[in-house]
Amino acid sequence: MTAGQLPRWVDYGLMPALNVAAAFLVSGLVVLLIGENPVEAVKVLVWGSLGWNEGIGFTLFYATNFIFTGLAVAIAFHAGLFNIGGEGQAYLGGLGVALACLALDRYVPWWVTLPFAVAGAAAFGAAWAFIPAILQAKRGSHVVITTIMFNFIAASLMVYLLVNLLSKRGSMQPETRTFESGGRLPLLQDVLPGTNFGSAPVNFSFLLALAACLLVWVIVWRTRLGYEIRTFGANPVAAVYAGISPLRITVVTMLMSGGLAGMMAINEIMGSQHRLLIEFVSGYGFVGIAVALMGRAHPVGIVFAAILFGMLYQGGAELAFEMPAITRDMIVVIQGLVILFAGALEHMFRPALLRIFGVLAARPAPAA
Amino acid sequence: MTPILKTVAILALAAGLAATPAAGEPVLVYSVGGKFDGSFNEAAFRGAERFAADTGEPYRDFEIARDADSLQALRGFAARGAEPVVAIGFNQAAAVAAAAKDYPQTNFSIIDMVVEAPNVRSVVFREHEGSYIAGLLAAMASKTGTIGFVGGMDIPIIRRFLCGYRQGAASVSPDIRVLFNMTGDTPAAFADPARGAELARGQIKRGADVIIQAAGGTGIGVLQAVADAGVLGIGTDSNQNGLHPGHILTSIRKRVDVAVYRNFADTQAGTWSAGLEVLGLAEGGMDWVIDDNNRALVTAQMEAAAGEAAARIADGTITVHDAVSDGECPL
Repeated sequence: MTAGQLPRWVDYGLMPALNVAAAFLVSGLVVLLIGENPVEAVKVLVWGSLGWNEGIGFTLFYATNFIFTGLAVAIAFHAGLFNIGGEGQAYLGGLGVALACLALDRYVPWWVTLPFAVAGAAAFGAAWAFIPAILQAKRGSHVVITTIMFNFIAASLMVYLLVNLLSKRGSMQPETRTFESGGRLPLLQDVLPGTNFGSAPVNFSFLLALAACLLVWVIVWRTRLGYEIRTFGANPVAAVYAGISPLRITVVTMLMSGGLAGMMAINEIMGSQHRLLIEFVSGYGFVGIAVALMGRAHPVGIVFAAILFGMLYQGGAELAFEMPAITRDMIVVIQGLVILFAGALEHMFRPALLRIFGVLAARPAPAA
Repeated sequence: MTPILKTVAILALAAGLAATPAAGEPVLVYSVGGKFDGSFNEAAFRGAERFAADTGEPYRDFEIARDADSLQALRGFAARGAEPVVAIGFNQAAAVAAAAKDYPQTNFSIIDMVVEAPNVRSVVFREHEGSYIAGLLAAMASKTGTIGFVGGMDIPIIRRFLCGYRQGAASVSPDIRVLFNMTGDTPAAFADPARGAELARGQIKRGADVIIQAAGGTGIGVLQAVADAGVLGIGTDSNQNGLHPGHILTSIRKRVDVAVYRNFADTQAGTWSAGLEVLGLAEGGMDWVIDDNNRALVTAQMEAAAGEAAARIADGTITVHDAVSDGECPL
């Protein structure tokens, strides 16, 4: 990424805002095409996601998933790696969480189970990223190919485990037994006094997600390892010349990335579903790519991008509910447009902005 | 409860009351597969449409995009006085249980799963009884002594169907060979006709001359491959006899439409009751279709044998093992 020529607030604030505005504009045209009122639709979407307690709760719940998967993609970005296997890593992370919860939930309170669940989520997610990492570092098999293939292997492995080994007998749904209270995270409204999110499942993991943001920021920008990761990402050849081991950086970064993706399962499995079930990741891993792109691979940006996607998920559900003409496929179109403008067309407005701010910056003496 | 009701009410006003279902209007919440999935949800949709056509009463429906949407949708409808709220698919069970507790005055119903609550009607099907008949017919129609099964995603409900099919085939001849393949391990396995056709061609090469599909959209490819090769296929979920007339031996139907229709009609008549409803061959929840498209394929002998088996399953002299109950198939 070639930041620097633009003021930071433009790069991190104005440009994403312009992208989102453009996406909504085009979405509005689509809504108009099917004969609904786009202003009304935006109103429902925003109101549904931010206008009432439970809506905010659901928005934050979805955002928690996106923060984890977004951070996972972002940290790999910094090392120049494109980890698109968040889906599979999160799926395996769910197994780690479930094993911890199933083993402990009947004996100890949730705060004792939590560290084991976190360790399980991170370890299983990281383990799933380890093989692609080592293949990339040692054999040059590109992680884009291997991580996405590992998504399918994860799906097959989890179906095998859930259908044959972990599921309750007599149930149609391949799922484990429901965790007792020792395997359930408290709701956010029970942790933060004075908050009320109705029946929304937003829970303690939201705080974990924010902590993970801080941790990623510290690792990437305040440690020697982070410096090495960024150097390797910016120029692998120069990094080797500077004595940085590509093997070590590739593997360590991918392990952290996989671990973060796996942490998403804490929110879904321990925070909301209270059981391991098939297909619980349902696309959060992939949307994490868009979240990381839109958040410019920076934790603060990722939090905002995650909340935006949380709004789209929650507000989108409200929209489909309130305006039957807008089906859930329409919602996917709107989400797709946001991803298109924020991700793929990330730099569409950059040349224009560069010209505008170049002119502005030329008048006073250019700083640094 | 009141703050939630209030917020929902405000939300409804903000969104314009036009979209709000009238009190007492029946609603249907489809499973993640979506309304036009060509099988399960679509059968539910057809049941609701038939109710609307028969009675002139409107109904509302909603497609959830992911399981987390389900609870919101169910509660949203309940808060607006919809009656009954029918949820399709086992993945909505937890949401139905929660919503039913929050809205004890509203009648809920769930298809394909059991939720125990005083205001929930649970409807489950004995799919294995229907597939038993399919296996029996397939074995009788086969000339090679080898029949096939192409399933969708490898989940218990499909295994149950397979197990019934194998039992039905074995009841005709213990030597019958049943080839079976599952399409995949993700929900995409129910929407992959190309792979369905490929698996069917593989089974045909290995000698199968009657193949059943239990794979939703994937099954369209199975039946296409079967028709191309000039052998026989068996449809499921809806009447697929007309897809390739002369090549579809029969269709095994799971009457989700009947379950939905009954829920709506009972509510209208004031006879709706909670509790468990198990629909098999005897209750008309599973059936098999003979029409002009397959009349010539089903001999009188086959029809009599299937009829007899159905009668004996209904009176209990034949019990079809349910693979979901213990995870095993006794063959």
